[in-house]
Amino acid sequence: MTPSPVILDVQHLTMRFGGLVAVDDLSFQAKRGEITAIIGPNGAGKTTVFNCITGFYQPTEGMIRAIHPDGKEFLLERLFDFRISQLARVARTFQNIRLFPAMTVLENLMVAQHNELMVKSGYTLFGLFSLPVYRQAERAAVDKARHWLDKVGLHARADDPAGDLPYGGQRRLEIARAMCTGPVLLCLDEPAAGLNPRETHELGDLLNDIVADTGTSLLLIEHHMHLVMDVSNRVVVLDYGQKIAEGTPDEVSNDPGVIAAYLGVEEEEIEIVMEDTQ
Amino acid sequence: MANGNVSDAPVKSGLDLAGALKDALVAGIVAFGLFALVLGLRTEQGPTGAQILLPRPQLLFMSVALVMAGRFLISLFFRSGAVRLPAVYLPAPFVRVNYLGNIAGGALLVFALIIPVIFFDNRYILDVAILVMTYVMLGWGLNIVVGLAGLLDLGYVAFYAVGAYSFALLAQNFGWSFWICLPLAGIVAAFWGVLLGFPVLRLRGDYLAIVTLAFGEIIRLVILNWQEFTGGPNGISGIPRPSFFGLPFTAADDGFAAYFRLEFNPSHRVVFLFYVILALALITNLVTLRLRRLPIGRAWEAMREDEIACRSLGINTTNTKLTAFALGAMFGGIAGSFFATRQGFISPESFTFMESAMIVAIVVLGGMGSQLGVALAALIMVGGFEVFREFEQYRMLIFGLAMVGIMVWRPRGLISTRDPSIHLRKAKPIPAKVVEEART
Repeated sequence: MTPSPVILDVQHLTMRFGGLVAVDDLSFQAKRGEITAIIGPNGAGKTTVFNCITGFYQPTEGMIRAIHPDGKEFLLERLFDFRISQLARVARTFQNIRLFPAMTVLENLMVAQHNELMVKSGYTLFGLFSLPVYRQAERAAVDKARHWLDKVGLHARADDPAGDLPYGGQRRLEIARAMCTGPVLLCLDEPAAGLNPRETHELGDLLNDIVADTGTSLLLIEHHMHLVMDVSNRVVVLDYGQKIAEGTPDEVSNDPGVIAAYLGVEEEEIEIVMEDTQ
Repeated sequence: MANGNVSDAPVKSGLDLAGALKDALVAGIVAFGLFALVLGLRTEQGPTGAQILLPRPQLLFMSVALVMAGRFLISLFFRSGAVRLPAVYLPAPFVRVNYLGNIAGGALLVFALIIPVIFFDNRYILDVAILVMTYVMLGWGLNIVVGLAGLLDLGYVAFYAVGAYSFALLAQNFGWSFWICLPLAGIVAAFWGVLLGFPVLRLRGDYLAIVTLAFGEIIRLVILNWQEFTGGPNGISGIPRPSFFGLPFTAADDGFAAYFRLEFNPSHRVVFLFYVILALALITNLVTLRLRRLPIGRAWEAMREDEIACRSLGINTTNTKLTAFALGAMFGGIAGSFFATRQGFISPESFTFMESAMIVAIVVLGGMGSQLGVALAALIMVGGFEVFREFEQYRMLIFGLAMVGIMVWRPRGLISTRDPSIHLRKAKPIPAKVVEEART
């Protein structure tokens, strides 16, 4: 089998906040149709990488390239934040869930299809007079929302306010909402945080489902190692903003540098570890 | 509930005399500090014309004693739990917004439609009704900006002023008719809405409120000082009155009354004005209700909930905010041109910050985002203000008390539930609690 082409290409990404180097010369690639996990101890710079990819931060240096299946390329560091979702079709979820709590579950999913519906509603003009073009588009949007509600098991709660959902439901709704934007790459920031073991297991299935059904590639930040080892095809390990390892889950979990970063090492062993990793 | 609720603090029985005395003493000291200068001393013009100080120890003593006694009684009976006030909650009148709200809204609409029929000869009532409808329209216009998009705009009166002056200047300088000037004034106001929108795009909450407040003042001051264009403090007079599709409301032979072979009555014009503002307000309402169910309206509400999430979904928040500003400003401007044509005279004095505060109060009191709530609030605030006109200086007091009461019993406004804009099976109004939590 030929190696699958690249969907996200991060080159020499550096992010400085004043004197603090949050991400230091990071390069990695995510392949199409795969789940790429970014792991690392707390404060390693994982979320900063996400914020750079999705346009919430302007990286200090480096290039982030998204490559669509049709070969179109987007330089994400040059796109304004909302354009990244709109044009480059890179969607994201947040570590601390960001839903629209006073809107219903269904409304949340409708908002996610804003851009498509805006065009179909003739930038509100057709919609104002409820022309068939718009009514059709709205029906299609509801169908799409319903499809994702079924996927994440929230169909029964479609008309409840999102803020009333239990924590796990809110996490799943956020994923469904991101998927409703029709992304080619979905960045998930700690989707398993706060989930119980059963929910985490279901989340793993959901992620595999998404990749298999829609072809959307996933970029995953996660602390839950079982989930990472289960679902991801490749793992990138960060520590202090630098990449210390990359490879398949097996390779990474046996890497002495990674073990050292997670568990810490005795002072006299540092040099040995350093030599091993280089 | 019977055995599940163990967290209830044990209620102290008996009267806590010492505690009550202590409370009363503290209240007395505070009252003395507050009243010493305000009530205890009075300045009066002396025989030589100079100001003299009159000490009023009795009044001061009485007031402080009254406060202490009141505090003492409250502490003694209510704090200690000897007497318990029944929990007072105003009934949530429109919990089932869909159903009851429709009935209430329909009743209000029918009532509005027949007002001119009932009160045809009562010029005062008709004038008040027109005033109320103007504020209803302004409230609905601002509701787009504040209630839906969540952008607290304290300078809304600026667009009201822009609309009024655009109308007056267009009508006077070019002699165009009411129906041409009206949309033009709306467009000019919308343009100014966008112009204000640009610099404040990054601001939210308090910062936005301050800047919009300043913008309102800037517009007023420019109007006040640009003498050759706006007439400065003298205002603009002789603004053409609206005509009934070309028929003026005069006693002349080509007038409205003569054309329809009616006896001339000055009320005709007032009634016509009432129906004009009613129609304009209803258009505002219909457009808003329709927009809420369109992507742009949902984006407004989503932006109110979480702007960052909106951007992560690819929503252009810049454009979304600007459309909200522009649309709100447009309706404000149209209301302004109506104001101009009704008064026949406008001056900067009509567009002070008090007007902005009034409109914001209407929106907040009505329950942000609720159309029916805003209409009710406008009726209560503007109409109520007129009802209490006889009480003169006390009406502000009553007004203030009513506001405090509403903030205590219905802190989220008269109608604080939110109607979902779309539903899969059954539309359930979203309870106020969730709406409130979402905004904090």
